[in-house]
Amino acid sequence: MAAPTTAPIDLSAAYLMAPTALADWLVIAPIGLMILLGAVLMMVRHRLHLHGWIAIPGLAALVLLDGMLLWRVVHHGPFTMTAGRWLPPFGISFTADLFGALMAFVAAVVALAAGIYALRDIDASGRRYGFFPFLMLLMAGVTGAFLTGDIFNLYVWFEVLLISSFGLLILGSEREQVDGALKYAILNLLGTTLFLIAVGYLYAIFGTLNMADIARQAGDYHGTAPLMTLTALFVLAFAMKAAAFPVNFWLPASYHTPRIVVSALFGGLLTKVGVYALMRVMVMLFPLQREDLSLVIAVSAALSMVLGALGALAQSDLRRMAGFAVIAGIGNVMAGVAIGGPTGVSGAILYALHSIVTMTALYLLIGEAARVGGSWSLQTLGGIYRKAPWVAASAFVIFFATAGLPPFSGLWPKIVLLKAALDIGAWWLSASILFSAFILTLALGRVFLLAFWRPQPAGAAVTVTTGTVERSAPLVGLVAIIVFFGLFPELPVRLSQEAAIGLADPTAYIQSVFPTGGAE
Amino acid sequence: METVFSVLIGFFFAAAVYLMLSKHSVRILLGIAIFGNGVNLLLFTAGRLTREVPPIIPAGMDTLPATAANPLPQALILTAIVISFSFFAFLLVLTYRGYQELGTDNTDEMRFAEPKDEPLPPLGY
Repeated sequence: MAAPTTAPIDLSAAYLMAPTALADWLVIAPIGLMILLGAVLMMVRHRLHLHGWIAIPGLAALVLLDGMLLWRVVHHGPFTMTAGRWLPPFGISFTADLFGALMAFVAAVVALAAGIYALRDIDASGRRYGFFPFLMLLMAGVTGAFLTGDIFNLYVWFEVLLISSFGLLILGSEREQVDGALKYAILNLLGTTLFLIAVGYLYAIFGTLNMADIARQAGDYHGTAPLMTLTALFVLAFAMKAAAFPVNFWLPASYHTPRIVVSALFGGLLTKVGVYALMRVMVMLFPLQREDLSLVIAVSAALSMVLGALGALAQSDLRRMAGFAVIAGIGNVMAGVAIGGPTGVSGAILYALHSIVTMTALYLLIGEAARVGGSWSLQTLGGIYRKAPWVAASAFVIFFATAGLPPFSGLWPKIVLLKAALDIGAWWLSASILFSAFILTLALGRVFLLAFWRPQPAGAAVTVTTGTVERSAPLVGLVAIIVFFGLFPELPVRLSQEAAIGLADPTAYIQSVFPTGGAE
Repeated sequence: METVFSVLIGFFFAAAVYLMLSKHSVRILLGIAIFGNGVNLLLFTAGRLTREVPPIIPAGMDTLPATAANPLPQALILTAIVISFSFFAFLLVLTYRGYQELGTDNTDEMRFAEPKDEPLPPLGY
């Protein structure tokens, strides 16, 4: 350590001497773009007609940048950019690997769809209170969380997306929204604070916050440091963010209160950031502890699946039903994490990708159903099939995908997960996957029966607002994605398998952060 | 020194959990404030507490002496303080707004988003 030295200080041992290659800037370009546009939109907050013209091209550029990122990662492996010239682990690194890039890309696609839908769904007062700036900052937080290579930085991105989600959640300041937002805000803040405690312990044990550095050291500390305490805290914190049973009750209390497009964004993205962090930490950083905790995660997963599906069955408000469907989906992803191994983790990744698209589509569909039917409640909805056959056709696809029925994208991740569960002999986990899918089929089939096939109940006052291309295009686009990847699943299945292998064996990830073996 | 701080942090967490288990939103808020400060102290303690050795590299050495406190957790705390302060400010306004809108600070009576008497879905048509 401390040794007398007379030699002139060799800066190249501590500094990155070469300037960052232009191509490496790509890893932070999506985040920088979103923060920049968020600031610009904040400045033109009162010039409402400009918002759409700035936000939608911005989100399209985000899709493009994340697509380039994904293309590069698929072809050339993970790559890293370290800020501030300090060598990692001292400089803060952003590392794009296949898992992070996949999640970021799908999240960007969903955000573009929701942004287009919002052009009609968010009224002038919602825009004046900053829907589009919040959306940009939310995407900065989500993308940052997917691409960062530093665990404290991950905490900061969590807070960025959390504070933007507060703003989006109370847009409108209705009584239900204030009520839901109180519970959402307090419990989510508690979850991120638990995460911060875990980060503090982690630093006390490892003396580093760089994920690649932790991954290569974690084995050395096995048995000598309180890693179980640490990982149990991480699991609790991320389960809370992901809304896994028994720490899921903030989700059904709040997700149905905001504007439907905000619910769509939350249902698609926020809980997935929680499971992303869970997988990053448990599968990549602490694989040994994941095995020890797998039973806890598996029980939580099975209960999330089953109770989420049963909750969906008990709701007459469609938005609340969708909230429980989100929880059931989180249970499936957690099951993959609990099973582990290349098959289990790839099933979890595939399910997470499918769930981002499908849950957003489900909420947008409910928005359209309510536009046509004039209500959120199964008591008064009816006759949508006759009034808007296109909405009914999208509902058919999205409901099948949510329940995991063929031939849509929900089928394949469930098959991978079932196979993985049966391979390790966890029959009860595979049984709960099937049971949850069965109950969800019942719940969603009943929605189709009551809201779509049943004639409009007499006496229900209906004010139908006319459909517009801004509302239908995102829904049709997401449905097209669901159908396409249901029929041609090879590409996402292969990518998720490669991502799972990269997560379980992070040699390439570590190599990209420490190309020369790193500073010891 | 670290032992004293550990016990103190334990008291902070105990008080925070006690307050957060309350039904009244203002108490929950106070619990969150104490919780955040407990976490900050925890991070602070994680970086060693020594006043005797200043974190200055002595002449002729090229690293800090091993007994010096680690300055990085202090940087982490600064970030965490800023974040928890802004969140606390937001929650304070939200709670006040909640009290105005909902007319109660008792979480048992905050059933506007999830009303108790919501009907079950129709059993058929």
